[in-house]
Amino acid sequence: MSVFLLLAIVAILSVAGFVLCRQRALKQAGGTARNLHSLPNYYGWFGFIMASVPAVLVLAVWMIGQPLFIERQLSGFFPAEMIEDDAARTLLFADVRRVASGLDVAVAQGALTEDEANNIRTEFGSVRDRLATVGVALGSEVTPPVLQAAQDYREMSRVGAVGRTILTFVLSIGGLILAIRATNPEFRARNRVEQVVLALLILSSTIAILTTVGIVLSMLTESLRFFTMYPAADFFFSLTWSPNFRGNSELGLLPLLWGTLYISFVSMLVAVPIGLFSAIYLAEYASNRVRSIVKPLIEVIAGIPTVVFGLFALVTVGPFLRDYFAQPLGLGNSGSSVMTAGIVIGILNIPFISSLADDIINAVPQSMRDGSLGLGATKSETIRKVVLPAALPGIMGAVLMAASRAIGETMIVTMGAGAAARLDLNPFQAMTTITVKIVSQLTGDTEFNSPETLVAFALGMSLFVITLALNILALIIVRKYREQYE
Amino acid sequence: MDDMRLVERDVNQLHSKIEAKGVQVYYGEKQALKDVDVSILDRTVTAFIGPSGCGKSTFLRCLNRMNDTVASARVMGSIQIDGEDIYDARVDPVQLRAKVGMVFQKPNPFPKSIYDNVAYGPKIHGLATGKAELDAIVESSLRKAALWNEVKDRLDASGTGLSGGQQQRLCIARAVATSPEVLLMDEPCSALDPIATAQVEELIDELRSQFSVVIVTHSMQQAARVSQKTAFFHLGSLVEYGETGQIFTSPKDPRTEAYITGRIG
Repeated sequence: MSVFLLLAIVAILSVAGFVLCRQRALKQAGGTARNLHSLPNYYGWFGFIMASVPAVLVLAVWMIGQPLFIERQLSGFFPAEMIEDDAARTLLFADVRRVASGLDVAVAQGALTEDEANNIRTEFGSVRDRLATVGVALGSEVTPPVLQAAQDYREMSRVGAVGRTILTFVLSIGGLILAIRATNPEFRARNRVEQVVLALLILSSTIAILTTVGIVLSMLTESLRFFTMYPAADFFFSLTWSPNFRGNSELGLLPLLWGTLYISFVSMLVAVPIGLFSAIYLAEYASNRVRSIVKPLIEVIAGIPTVVFGLFALVTVGPFLRDYFAQPLGLGNSGSSVMTAGIVIGILNIPFISSLADDIINAVPQSMRDGSLGLGATKSETIRKVVLPAALPGIMGAVLMAASRAIGETMIVTMGAGAAARLDLNPFQAMTTITVKIVSQLTGDTEFNSPETLVAFALGMSLFVITLALNILALIIVRKYREQYE
Repeated sequence: MDDMRLVERDVNQLHSKIEAKGVQVYYGEKQALKDVDVSILDRTVTAFIGPSGCGKSTFLRCLNRMNDTVASARVMGSIQIDGEDIYDARVDPVQLRAKVGMVFQKPNPFPKSIYDNVAYGPKIHGLATGKAELDAIVESSLRKAALWNEVKDRLDASGTGLSGGQQQRLCIARAVATSPEVLLMDEPCSALDPIATAQVEELIDELRSQFSVVIVTHSMQQAARVSQKTAFFHLGSLVEYGETGQIFTSPKDPRTEAYITGRIG
């Protein structure tokens, strides 16, 4: 039975649980909700949850666990030298799964009967050819052990699917029965339902944290592998970046870090004043009508995909800067430059800063402004001497968050700043950043076994540490800001 | 404390400081104040009393044009301070507010040091030519607000770290530092405990020797304690205005009597 159908049946049972528990509770209470501990809907929801949650959870665990279990069972099947390292093992099981699903397709299309699929042998002709007739293309001829494993794989999956269906049914119906039996007017359905909601909330917050931890761990293990192949001192302190896939690469972080920080600096130079000034205008001077038009318009910028910004950098800003600034000033003739990428990232960050700063300025109590105006200060003096200082820590937090966005930006830099790793002060020179090099080191290569590809993880880790540090700094400042005027 | 202790009632000032005629205020379409005529004397404490929403705070905010900061507010009629119409186009509201100080209902010290809070006004208006003079202004203002002894050792501490009563006295010191001629107080004690209230009331009485003080209050006892003249507002109109003793002992208008005896409001 397909998973979809199974879920549909569980859903039907859950709805039945809702209706039955609700009715039963009402009936036992003599038809009036007043005699119940909780509102009738809570009894209904309790029935719904009991019929659905355990069944769905077990189903999910089963579906994750079954392939892992089968793979482990099948490992014993292959000679040790075939699965001695992870890469070979992954490849082998990919083959097994492909053949197994090929056999499924063949049976489904009627090219093979179920018995034939189970008994097909490489000795009686090419399995590859037979599968090709039903549209399943295999890269190489199927070897006997792989075919055998695939057939076992199918058998185990079939058994697993039956077990899965039965277990899900039992849990769903069992939960339903338990819920109905538990339902009586004294039963605290409301509290139970709220417990489940609490569990859901905790689960959601944990998933976000666990994902972060998982990302860090995966980056960390790959980075450590990189450092076993390439000296850490060279990575952190070398001034040259020249990867060479034939070996003898020089993988120095510093030129990339310089490019990253330089471009981010230029972008902040653009984004901070413009974003802040527009926020001050919007929060303090603009009438409600102007504000209701201008604010959404500024925020439209935030909705533009960064790759579109990249195009803008490539075809408009880059040539403009080259023709009117770089060439007349004799500073180079490259359209891709630190300035191009920096300015465009700055524009990208304007709505981010202006929107956050606008909220922060609005959060400064009106009584502060009244106090200052009441002393005979002008509006501008009030903003400069009272509102902005009160909002400053919050604004700093916004600026640092924008900075970590600028550091992590990839697409605009790829299209606007060029690909040359260079330590240079000239802002009209092409430079490159950590993010661009991560992409270029990984593009077109899926085997992570050379320093040239693994360096991407070390770069990513460095980037992560930098932005994390900035974000923590921002958080600390924002927290301090909360205590300011209370 | 004797609630009805009527401080010396004899109004020895005859010079009128503020003269309001036919003042009407609209917030959008809603009329908040109808035809208020009132004459506020120099060096006198004048109390505005009345139930919530009666327009007393609105009128107070007309006196230093704080209503200008409310986009929907429109003020009509004439208000003169020392014979000069403050709603005249030639009058800069910013200059006016330096002359007519204001203390708000909720203490609102700036998130700056105590010193900077008090020095804020003098710095903006260039009242001090040097650090020494500024120090002197800060000290004398804090003394006038009866706060000097409590904070003289920690002028660099944040103004927001003070207690509620101290914060309100800091706000009074801040208003006094620009040496205004009129001090407007909008329910200055509503957020304070009885002890802090008593301190502020004592202070108001002392300030009378230098300023004309206008105070809006919900507490009739407070009006009776601190003011020489009292104005009773009801539903946007000025119902009765006279010497505090007379308002509280023999009100002429039945509405005033109903309010001070607790039947309306």
